[in-house]
Amino acid sequence: MTADNVLFEIKGLKKNFGDLEVLKGIHTTIRKGEVVVVIGPSGSGKSTFIRCLNLLETPTEGQIFFEGSCITDKGYAVHKHREKVGMVFQQFNLFNNLTILENVTISLKKVKKVPAPAAEEKARALLRRVGLEDKADAYPAQLSGGQKQRIAIVRAMAMEPDVMLFDEPTSALDPEMVGEVLSVIQDLAKEGVTMVVVTHEMGFAKKVGTRILFMDGGVIAEEGTPQQIFEDPQNERTKDFLSKVIHVI
Amino acid sequence: MGITEIFLNYYQYFLRGTQTTVIVSLITVLLGTVLGCLIALLRLSRFRLCSGFAKLYITVIRGTPLLVQLYIVYYQLHFIPWPEGSILGVELARVMPCILALSMNSTAYVAEVIRSGIQAVDFGQTEAALSCGMTRTQAMVNIILPQAVKNILPALGNEFVTMIKETSIIQYLGVGDLMYNNGIVVTATYNPLPCYYISAIIYLTLNIVLGKGLDLFERRMKCSDR
Repeated sequence: MTADNVLFEIKGLKKNFGDLEVLKGIHTTIRKGEVVVVIGPSGSGKSTFIRCLNLLETPTEGQIFFEGSCITDKGYAVHKHREKVGMVFQQFNLFNNLTILENVTISLKKVKKVPAPAAEEKARALLRRVGLEDKADAYPAQLSGGQKQRIAIVRAMAMEPDVMLFDEPTSALDPEMVGEVLSVIQDLAKEGVTMVVVTHEMGFAKKVGTRILFMDGGVIAEEGTPQQIFEDPQNERTKDFLSKVIHVI
Repeated sequence: MGITEIFLNYYQYFLRGTQTTVIVSLITVLLGTVLGCLIALLRLSRFRLCSGFAKLYITVIRGTPLLVQLYIVYYQLHFIPWPEGSILGVELARVMPCILALSMNSTAYVAEVIRSGIQAVDFGQTEAALSCGMTRTQAMVNIILPQAVKNILPALGNEFVTMIKETSIIQYLGVGDLMYNNGIVVTATYNPLPCYYISAIIYLTLNIVLGKGLDLFERRMKCSDR
């Protein structure tokens, strides 16, 4: 049943934090080349869902299959899975003790055992693409939020992951820096990089997403193409949410 | 006899004592840091047995006087055939139990310092490292510990300074450290006050030098905070 182009197969995913039920049964499939955008109100479980995909959160129940193997099985080599899944965080989380170049090369060197010169060459090429090659020797503390987030994307892309996860990549940015980060993500989408993006940027969701998941109360309340979700939502909760976040002035 | 005269007449004693104090402190501090790091990691371990052991160790060591620990280690380990002979005038059979006791003591305090330093590093750093495919150990070694060291340096320096001063209790086991030699000079001159002043100045000098060294190290570590 796992067709060639299926990346993630998520079955009955549940996650509790103590008594709090955050995910109440998520079922969905993510295919190669898709740009899945997850939207929904605060506390609906979007971040928890995306964090389950690289097992930063351990699901309480349910199964996640990645490229045919069940990653939620006990004893599955979690770090091997994470090599193939890039993650970008709301708070950037660049390694503060390393320079920008080292931030990008460290996982290549330590995880993929790429020799230092090759890793650096690759890192510089990627930095050039996001226009930050001149920051190679700077430390994260010297960069703006937008620059940090672009570096964080480069750091994840350096590993050549099969899928990129973005957990509210622009929510911690000053408004004038949102654009530069979104354009980098959009470029990746154009290149056909598979991604799952949790975001509050509805314009971006509409423009870049190939499929929208609307989450509410720990379940996927509605899913569909951007047109379906934004122009003709069926679910009352979707309509209610969109009426609150899309402001017509 | 004034302080200058006493020093000029008996400086070999003070010098020899200082030498022993420095050697014992240095080894203790090194061992204490390495073992402290180990206990801190055990303390933070996900495995109950490891963290339980570390917790117990820290509680026992912190809850008993160093002098008592020194005597217990000395008498308890009497059966061990400590190596004969001496290094730089320090008798090994006497000094090794001392170093062991002092290191065991230092380990507990260093472990707590390191633990707090590790926990002060933002958890996002660990998550990012794991997300890049690093194992927990790789994340700890490459990302967390280097940042923790910066956090803990001031507190660790404090512990080093304390340790240099605390080594003075090994005189009770007849090890010829600074205070032991101080005692010899006091007996010889019947004039204690200048002797204690001399010893105080020597301890102070050692700690000022240590402090300067740590300052230098701290400044070098700060390069990523600009």
